Amino acid sequence: MGKKRVAIVGTGQTHHKSHRPDVNGQELIHEAVTRALADAELTIKDIDAIVIGNMDHFEGINYVDCWSVDGSGGTMRPIIKLTTGGTTGSTLAIGGYHMVASGLFEKVLIIGWEKNSESDTTGAITTAFDPIWDRLVFAGAIAGLAAEGQAYMAEFGITDRDAARVSVRDRKHAVNNPYAQLRKEVTIEEVLESPMLSDPIHLLDVCPRTDGACAVIMASEDVAEKICPVPDWIWGTANRHVYTYVGDVNLGEIDSMKNAATELFAKTGIREPRKELDVIELYQPYSFAGIIWIEAMGIIPRGKGSEYIWSGATDMGGELPINPSGGVIACNPIGATGLIRCAEVALQVMGKAGDRQVPDVNLGVSTGFGGCFWTDILLHGKKKPE
Amino acid sequence: MAREDHLVISSGKAVQPFHYAVGLYGSKFFQELKENRRLVGSKCPDCGKVYVPPRKVCGGCFKEMKEFVEVGPKGTISTFTIVRYTFIDPETGVQRPVPYGYGFVRFDGADTVFQHFVELDEKHPIKIGARVETVFREKMEGTIRDILYFRIIEE
Repeated sequence: MGKKRVAIVGTGQTHHKSHRPDVNGQELIHEAVTRALADAELTIKDIDAIVIGNMDHFEGINYVDCWSVDGSGGTMRPIIKLTTGGTTGSTLAIGGYHMVASGLFEKVLIIGWEKNSESDTTGAITTAFDPIWDRLVFAGAIAGLAAEGQAYMAEFGITDRDAARVSVRDRKHAVNNPYAQLRKEVTIEEVLESPMLSDPIHLLDVCPRTDGACAVIMASEDVAEKICPVPDWIWGTANRHVYTYVGDVNLGEIDSMKNAATELFAKTGIREPRKELDVIELYQPYSFAGIIWIEAMGIIPRGKGSEYIWSGATDMGGELPINPSGGVIACNPIGATGLIRCAEVALQVMGKAGDRQVPDVNLGVSTGFGGCFWTDILLHGKKKPE
Repeated sequence: MAREDHLVISSGKAVQPFHYAVGLYGSKFFQELKENRRLVGSKCPDCGKVYVPPRKVCGGCFKEMKEFVEVGPKGTISTFTIVRYTFIDPETGVQRPVPYGYGFVRFDGADTVFQHFVELDEKHPIKIGARVETVFREKMEGTIRDILYFRIIEE
């Protein structure tokens, strides 16, 4: 626990699309920032510091903290950049939380964004990996995830039909989210008949690439409740990075999630996450992760994830809805994606999630994934943490 | 769908190369590969874990490794995929040829896995647990491409 308790008091996001040629990066950022300020009924003059990030090799512009100040509101204000690959958005949230919790800044504006349309996503991701050892065979995010799915399938005998059920869930949920990029229901058969990209991942199992931005305003306990009648309190955060080269990863389990979730739940007193949590926004870039990663999080015992998904427990109306927003499979502006998970849980706690609202959310979890196989995790609550 | 590119930033015919250092540990790997067709990893003095590629520090123990051990050249498929989508390879500037077998192989004697191409062979489909041998190229140059691919074998 820091010196100050911290809450989210406002969120804003763009209407995410595959391609936004009508705006440049600064202008896209500006849309999310103005929406977050309006949501919190604040002006940029109320902001004490800004944290911004994206995965900069997608745009090939490395100085986002500098050139985006017109859009971010960073002109002549403290601004820093954080970037950790796929986890960038959730790392931004954790970094902003640290700044407010330290007592040094009262109100911090956190911005994650990406214009994935501006380069080849798989080519750019490949440049994030070691040039000597990894790049020759590495093929972006999808092939690495496929290797994880393959390992899990071999151990537990699930099939791509089981994973497709996760995709069906998230794509159905996305219909309720006006900000999501892909808002079309699909059937299990449609997922299975969509082209095989990298065995066992079909096209409809995996996330798109998106242009979009998200902004979140965090405030200290001294002002949070004055700004926002029902703020979203951050109960705790944890993160883990696990490897240097791709072959170092224990594929088929996700050690970083297991480790980070264990720490988070231990320090916040969560004993039975499945019963105590009301909603999860999982950074789940492909369907198999919807099974494997909730086991690693401790929601369900290892090997039982598929059965749990089929039971409908994670659908809207189920005991623990996952990804009411439609999640990453419906929308993935990469540097914003982790922050969107955080903002979506904040909306659930605040009761502002509209058609995708889960009733009576007291505790929720948002996560970030990247790198690959890194994990960030945040616990959000309606009650002020003790 | 063809997209009209109004503004493409490129370096024309010029190249902007990077000059990466592989370090002493990486050099040892490539030297052994080139001169002796041998594969080596580094072993942690604390936990005993054998890393391939070899490196100076065991991240888990945060301990310097000084011992090199020979691994492979046979190994076991730990996991795999068959990549069927293509993209412009930033390493070569040309489309990655697909489909290709992408394997994570645990060399005999190693604890980490090593990723590389796996030969696609209808008679021997890639499976987790399958045994493989390393196929080297004829003229060795001391790069990762000296390993052409892994081939599934029956043992």
